[in-house]
Amino acid sequence: MTAADARARIQERFGVDAVADGGLGVTLPRDRWQEFARFAHDELGCRYFNWLSAVDWQDQGLEVLCRLENLDAPLVVAMRTRLPAGQTRCPSLTSLYRGANWMERECYDMFGIVFEGHPDLRRILLSDDWEGYPLRKDYAVDTPLAPYR
Amino acid sequence: MAATQTQQVVEIGYGGNERLMMNMGPQHPSSHGVFRMILTLEGETVVGVDAVIGYLHRCHEKLGESLTYVQYPSIASKTDYVAAMTAELAYVSAVEKIAKVEVPRRAQYLRVIVAELQRIASHCLWLGTWCLDMGGALGGGATVFLYCIREREMVLDRFEELTGARLLYGFHQTGGTRYDVPPGWDKKVRETVDFIERRLDEYESMLEGNTFFRVRTQGVGVISREVAETVGVSGPLIRGSGVGYDVRRAEPYSSYGDFDFVVPVETAGDCYARYRVRMVEFRQSIRIIRQALDGLPEGPISSRPGVKSVAQVRVPKGEGYTRIEGARGEIGCYIVSDGGPKPYRLKWRGASFSNLAVLPYIVPGHKVADVVAIMGSVDPVFGEVDR
Repeated sequence: MTAADARARIQERFGVDAVADGGLGVTLPRDRWQEFARFAHDELGCRYFNWLSAVDWQDQGLEVLCRLENLDAPLVVAMRTRLPAGQTRCPSLTSLYRGANWMERECYDMFGIVFEGHPDLRRILLSDDWEGYPLRKDYAVDTPLAPYR
Repeated sequence: MAATQTQQVVEIGYGGNERLMMNMGPQHPSSHGVFRMILTLEGETVVGVDAVIGYLHRCHEKLGESLTYVQYPSIASKTDYVAAMTAELAYVSAVEKIAKVEVPRRAQYLRVIVAELQRIASHCLWLGTWCLDMGGALGGGATVFLYCIREREMVLDRFEELTGARLLYGFHQTGGTRYDVPPGWDKKVRETVDFIERRLDEYESMLEGNTFFRVRTQGVGVISREVAETVGVSGPLIRGSGVGYDVRRAEPYSSYGDFDFVVPVETAGDCYARYRVRMVEFRQSIRIIRQALDGLPEGPISSRPGVKSVAQVRVPKGEGYTRIEGARGEIGCYIVSDGGPKPYRLKWRGASFSNLAVLPYIVPGHKVADVVAIMGSVDPVFGEVDR
């Protein structure tokens, strides 16, 4: 599977033009997030889960990014989806990739994105009683620590 | 950091069938004070693992958004403090990629030399502490540790001569490196690697001829290729599971394309396979260092003129992900720039974070004593796990 083949198949199946920049960048609507990951896993052979994270675009909502790879081809698929402003729900990829478990927990911890279908969505780096989501742009660097309870 | 839900209290009948929850760490010597595993045991056998991380969390990603491109590289070395050179390199390469900064060839070679020296130093620390953790089985245990630390010191001495620092270097900067080699340094580096190369044979004969070592590592903590890929482990872990994936080969950066080296692959997927991969990597690193010293080009070490203010370096709007092969695997930086002097968003892909995430899938079924051997073979550095 070459990058050009993969690009054509993505175009055919999802009607999205993948941007080639060291890999295939694919922007998806939120409701096709899981469907695309399944397609990448089963049909493009992207079995390697590299990382998942998010960017806070403030009034333009949160963007979730995920990087999947086919190590044999080699082929890199960088998928992204934008959550509408004020919304924090995103489908989970844990049923496809085990690596998504910790990465989504970190994303929940830092951005407050709720991954629907995640089996164990709790904070991972911060303590359970932490208030707020530090990587959101509205979280000030000098936010005082909540008193010890 | 997160505690588990309230667990059901089970009366212990000492019949061997009841389950026991046991905290391993954060004070356990093998967890380096910053990692806790909540083990569910049935007798001596582990049936469940809940890993608790975050003890060393400093929110490097927020720090990266609050510090400028000039300030952050020296802080980046604190993500993976055992291999600080490669952590810095990941950050500056990402900035260079977005800003389309050319790096002079001499700087590219210097980067390779320090990255490979760092890999040797890091693997020395891994081998020493791993054998120390497995302790008594290795005839006293501390022997290999002391030998490895002695060799690591030599590499740290070379770094001290180069940068003035022994742990966190601040060697890399956007556009090149900050220091050039002092006179006579290359000769000392050659002597160091010659010495270490001879010592490697000694370690191997000490360990591989030791039945206890083989029993404790062979067939223990097997990561199948499928698990390795779906969890996203990298570095010696994935190469020990039959996948010849190395960023230096897959996507050569700096000047790795110029050098001749072998990417070791083992198929067994157990602790011993990971050990073998790292032992070969030691020698390949030495090989790369020699080639780089032989071919070290003359010229400038940085393409960027000095700045008077830390906010003077600006990066055009854009985004990019750059990855490098650190001692523990793929270290990546994803940067989104809004055109200012600081990144809008910085994401660290820590190799240890993904590597450690494999523990819940490989530890169950092993005895408590094997947990130490497995964790050591993963070689996590918690600065990089927690960031």
